[in-house]
Amino acid sequence: MQRFLDLVWVIPALPALGAVIVLLFGKRIGEPKAGYIATATIGTSFVWSVFTFFALQSQHGEGRHHVYNLWKWFAGTGDFHVNFGFLVDPLSVTMILFVTGIGTLIHLYSVGYMHGDPRYSRFFAYLNLFAASMLVLVLGSSFLMTFMGWEGVGLCSYLLISFWFEKNSAAVAGKKAFVTNRVGDFGFMLGMFLIFSKFGTLDYVRFGSHEALTGVSHTTVTAMALLLFVGAMGKSAQVPLHIWLPDAMEGPTPVSALIHAATMVTAGVFLVSRAHAFFDFSAIGNGIHAGTVVAWVGAITALGAATVAIRQNDIKRVLAYSTLSQLGYMFLACGVGAYTAGLFHMVTHAFFKALLFLGSGSVIHGMHHEQDMRKMGGLRKFMPITGATFIIGWLAIAGVPPFAGFWSKDEILAKAFFSGGAQGKALWAVGMLAALLTAFYMTRQVWMVFFGNERFRDSLADDHGHDGHDDANAQGDPHESPITMTLPLLVLGALSIVGGFLSLPFTKPNLEFLARWLEPSLEGAKDIHPGAFTSGFLLSVGAVVVGIIGIAIGFTVYKRGLPDDGVDPVETKLGPLANVLENAYFFDIGLAKFVSGPATKFATFLAEGIDRKTIDGAVNGVGRTVKEAGDGLRRMQTGLVRNYALGIVAGVAMLIAYMWTRAI
Amino acid sequence: MLTLATLPERFIQHPFNFQHQHARSFPLLTAMILVPLLGALVAMMLPKSRPEYARIVGFVATMATLGMAVFLLLNFKSSMHGFQFAESHEWIKALGVRFDFSVDGVSLFMVVLTAVLFPIGLLASTNVDNGRSFVVWMLALEMSVLGVFVARDLIVFFVFFELVLVPMYFLIAGWGHGNNVYAATKFFLYTMAGSAFLFAGILTVGVLYHRAPASGGAWTFDAGTLTHWIASSGAISQTTGRLLFIGFAVAFAVKVPLFPVHTWLPDAHTEAPTAGSVVLAGVMLKMGTYGFIRFAIPMFPKAAIWAAPTMLTLSVIGIIYGAIVATMQPDLKRLIAYSSVAHLGFVVMGTFALTTQGLQGGLFTMVSHGLTTGALFLIVGMIYDRRHTRKIADLGGLWKSVPVMSGLFLAATFASIGLPGFSGFVGEFTSLIGTFVTRRWWAVAATTGVILAAIYLLWAYQRAFTGEPEGDNATMKEITFREIATVVPLLALSLFLGFYPKPLFDRTQTAVQDLMTQIEDGTKGDHGHPGYREPHPVKAASVEAKSGAQG
Repeated sequence: MQRFLDLVWVIPALPALGAVIVLLFGKRIGEPKAGYIATATIGTSFVWSVFTFFALQSQHGEGRHHVYNLWKWFAGTGDFHVNFGFLVDPLSVTMILFVTGIGTLIHLYSVGYMHGDPRYSRFFAYLNLFAASMLVLVLGSSFLMTFMGWEGVGLCSYLLISFWFEKNSAAVAGKKAFVTNRVGDFGFMLGMFLIFSKFGTLDYVRFGSHEALTGVSHTTVTAMALLLFVGAMGKSAQVPLHIWLPDAMEGPTPVSALIHAATMVTAGVFLVSRAHAFFDFSAIGNGIHAGTVVAWVGAITALGAATVAIRQNDIKRVLAYSTLSQLGYMFLACGVGAYTAGLFHMVTHAFFKALLFLGSGSVIHGMHHEQDMRKMGGLRKFMPITGATFIIGWLAIAGVPPFAGFWSKDEILAKAFFSGGAQGKALWAVGMLAALLTAFYMTRQVWMVFFGNERFRDSLADDHGHDGHDDANAQGDPHESPITMTLPLLVLGALSIVGGFLSLPFTKPNLEFLARWLEPSLEGAKDIHPGAFTSGFLLSVGAVVVGIIGIAIGFTVYKRGLPDDGVDPVETKLGPLANVLENAYFFDIGLAKFVSGPATKFATFLAEGIDRKTIDGAVNGVGRTVKEAGDGLRRMQTGLVRNYALGIVAGVAMLIAYMWTRAI
Repeated sequence: MLTLATLPERFIQHPFNFQHQHARSFPLLTAMILVPLLGALVAMMLPKSRPEYARIVGFVATMATLGMAVFLLLNFKSSMHGFQFAESHEWIKALGVRFDFSVDGVSLFMVVLTAVLFPIGLLASTNVDNGRSFVVWMLALEMSVLGVFVARDLIVFFVFFELVLVPMYFLIAGWGHGNNVYAATKFFLYTMAGSAFLFAGILTVGVLYHRAPASGGAWTFDAGTLTHWIASSGAISQTTGRLLFIGFAVAFAVKVPLFPVHTWLPDAHTEAPTAGSVVLAGVMLKMGTYGFIRFAIPMFPKAAIWAAPTMLTLSVIGIIYGAIVATMQPDLKRLIAYSSVAHLGFVVMGTFALTTQGLQGGLFTMVSHGLTTGALFLIVGMIYDRRHTRKIADLGGLWKSVPVMSGLFLAATFASIGLPGFSGFVGEFTSLIGTFVTRRWWAVAATTGVILAAIYLLWAYQRAFTGEPEGDNATMKEITFREIATVVPLLALSLFLGFYPKPLFDRTQTAVQDLMTQIEDGTKGDHGHPGYREPHPVKAASVEAKSGAQG
């Protein structure tokens, strides 16, 4: 069993191999088979991960940090050494279990969803490559190994967002995602430089707890933590580096579920947890530390994105903003030091958000590529499984007990509340407000899609081909999706119901399984004292009440679907604010204006004004002068090269003469 | 008799060079230079009407050179300090000029890269007009470039350094596109002008040595002897050292090219034929960075440290400025040319950080850039062959019409962006980390280059390759097997080195250690030059803390 700890490299290697095979031979392998090969590789990785879990569980104490190095990666570069190695510990094993588990389900789902796509096999190659990179990211034994996976998932995100690159918007969105992530990477890289320059290594084992950082000033460690957090903000789409994620919905829906909801975007949360020692050690003064920044960025994202979500009409964009918002919760948790709560929410969120995205994909599939919720309604009758599972996802995200989202969100809010001082209470209040909005916009979505009046009759007549691939059955009523698509929905639905039991807030008997399991990886993290049982209970009740209020408001407004004129009641109620929210606070418009305006102007000025006219102009000017002088002095010499050469020889002679005299 | 005086010096310089005997038995490096020359002579005698004969000769000659390069690589002792495969043949006796050929870790990979790129360049050029002359010039070019990288005598180095210009001039002028004569001339004169300073510098050093008491009136241009002399005697004044360094630096800066003397490069690249661009970017630019690492810095270490802030600033400007200017280029080749300015900026920055990581990263980037940029130029050449345009605006949607070619271009794009897994990342990261430890703010500024690289390359990719193809773009011919064979080796090497850079680092590190020692020796008496870094102060203490926590 223990051998699995050394064979951990097989877990990323399998999907990597799958990617190579499917990329090279996918066309010959043919449509369903290529998908099944890809699914099989990641499925085997999942089984392997389960064995690895048991192998690690049988270890005790230091045995739960198992490093296995494949080869020396950076070597012969002075005192800078990095191994191509993997770290098996409770945190990474938790991550591989959920990445391979959900990954397998989404691979399977894609077998049906991508049916008929001309680039079917390539899709699976990318998906496999993504899984491999994500696994390297979470299994890496050093910041640099994580960074390798980090960039790998960025590449796959680019490839998959712009998968239907014939559409210009998809190509632009892919590029936007990669470039925005690179802005975050800038911080990540500087963080690594700083860490190396102070500690001489990038290996995680060196940074087990904050005690290991003694000797470097708190300010410097704060800088390291914040630089790493900039990287996390890019990958996990936190304000203001969130701009790429809503556009990422241009990719096929399984991609949105796997990469842009469940796994890749949580890499930032993983990084912060992995580097928790830096956040724990950091201090700026007056109780402010790197975590404060993390918590507030998370809180702002949680609330801001939730407000935007209530004004979106595209079924996937609602979920995209919802994802931003939920990621904000995770950072809020990490910021106050409740890493376990953040990771717990990461796992439950992965269940219900993947479910919701796949559900929306099933809707889009059944609606023949329609994504506008205004053209849906009453779909539960036509797609019962999708409808039922989507409702489970809705209850989970809205925080209704005993669904998964309730437990994890409740824990975050409680930890924020008890994290201390007015700030803890303020963070809690923001979180509660966001929870209210979450319950509202999700209710709005469920009613606009699955209940109320049926508004799809007109639009189904003309097939938009919105989601890119052809469907044999392009006409007629919405239909339920095939088994490969509904099976993952059922599994995820079940997980969204019971996922919360991974960690229950009871200490007698101790049911905080996840917290106990993760403890060795989060050594030395602050222990937030959970107030008295009654106050904790009251907080939970409060959270549930807020969720129910949100649901009730949503139900009241949308119980009959949309009014006949098709105008969203929220739009009229919010007045001018509606426009602000619909445009997501004008981030994108502002950025587009900046890029096409001052940025382009500046770049053009450098390229034309400076480079071509000034620098090259000067060079050509010198050339012309020499030539004219040459022409003037010796009309017999006409060869261009010879003229210049003469000037050069004269120059050389003078230089030699000068240097000679200096030498004497 | 004059040269005899220098011999003991050379043995002091390379006390561990046991390969001297072995090298006598077969002059491998001379053979590597002579084989392309021989090939060129044979090709010249073949009938002009049958260019395919010349092509075969060219291919055989370059492959034979590659074979010797592989032999060199395999027999290179990575742990051995100093130079290996040394040979010495007399040339100008009165001035002590000798054909001293040898390699160390620094030159080894330049030789190998040269040997790899030339057969690929020829394979990519099977459809050029006047094939015989093309092959002749290519072989002449290979000979000159190899000479540059193995010469230890300054005069011989200079001769090869200049000789390179001639075949390159004719390749651009003869097989270029559009404004080719202007570009070729500009290239020729620009670099000639730079070389004038180098020549002046070399002559001055030689004369100074000749007049110095240490030489006893002997002449030599052997770099090792001169370095040793300058370091040990302190014979040249600070000002002289600085002036000489500037003389060398100007020539090398033009070659790199360093901002602001880079404007010949976009023109030369754009007008050059594909193989010319591949060789130009792949190895000729590296003659500049190689010159710094091989001659300018070890010979004048004090001046190099003095000039380091300026050099770092210029290279960081090159990284950022090159990237921004690249963004706005309407022509794919010009865009890649400016990206070379940015990439070579990383090399110069790492070099002048004067740390082990910086130098190692710089050397690694030199190799990596040759592979990735070579691949990019090859594919742009294929597009030009088919569409007779390199204007980004004329292209579009190619990913749909030619998926394999576009996929390879995308792979090369990400390799060039510095995606981990490709060699570019290893080089960039190592040179950045090496710069950060001593010159933090330069490294911070340079790191913005990673964002900018993604912007200009992916934006270009988006415009040229995504979208729906129209007109000629929709009917473009897919990449052929021969063309795949030119690109795939480069990308495969880049991937290999990205995952496993150790073989390269192992072989360059001894040379870098030697260089660091030379810098230390050359600056003896100066306390704490900025290139020297204190060992990590917290490392030892905190390791104890960690082990304490474990116990």
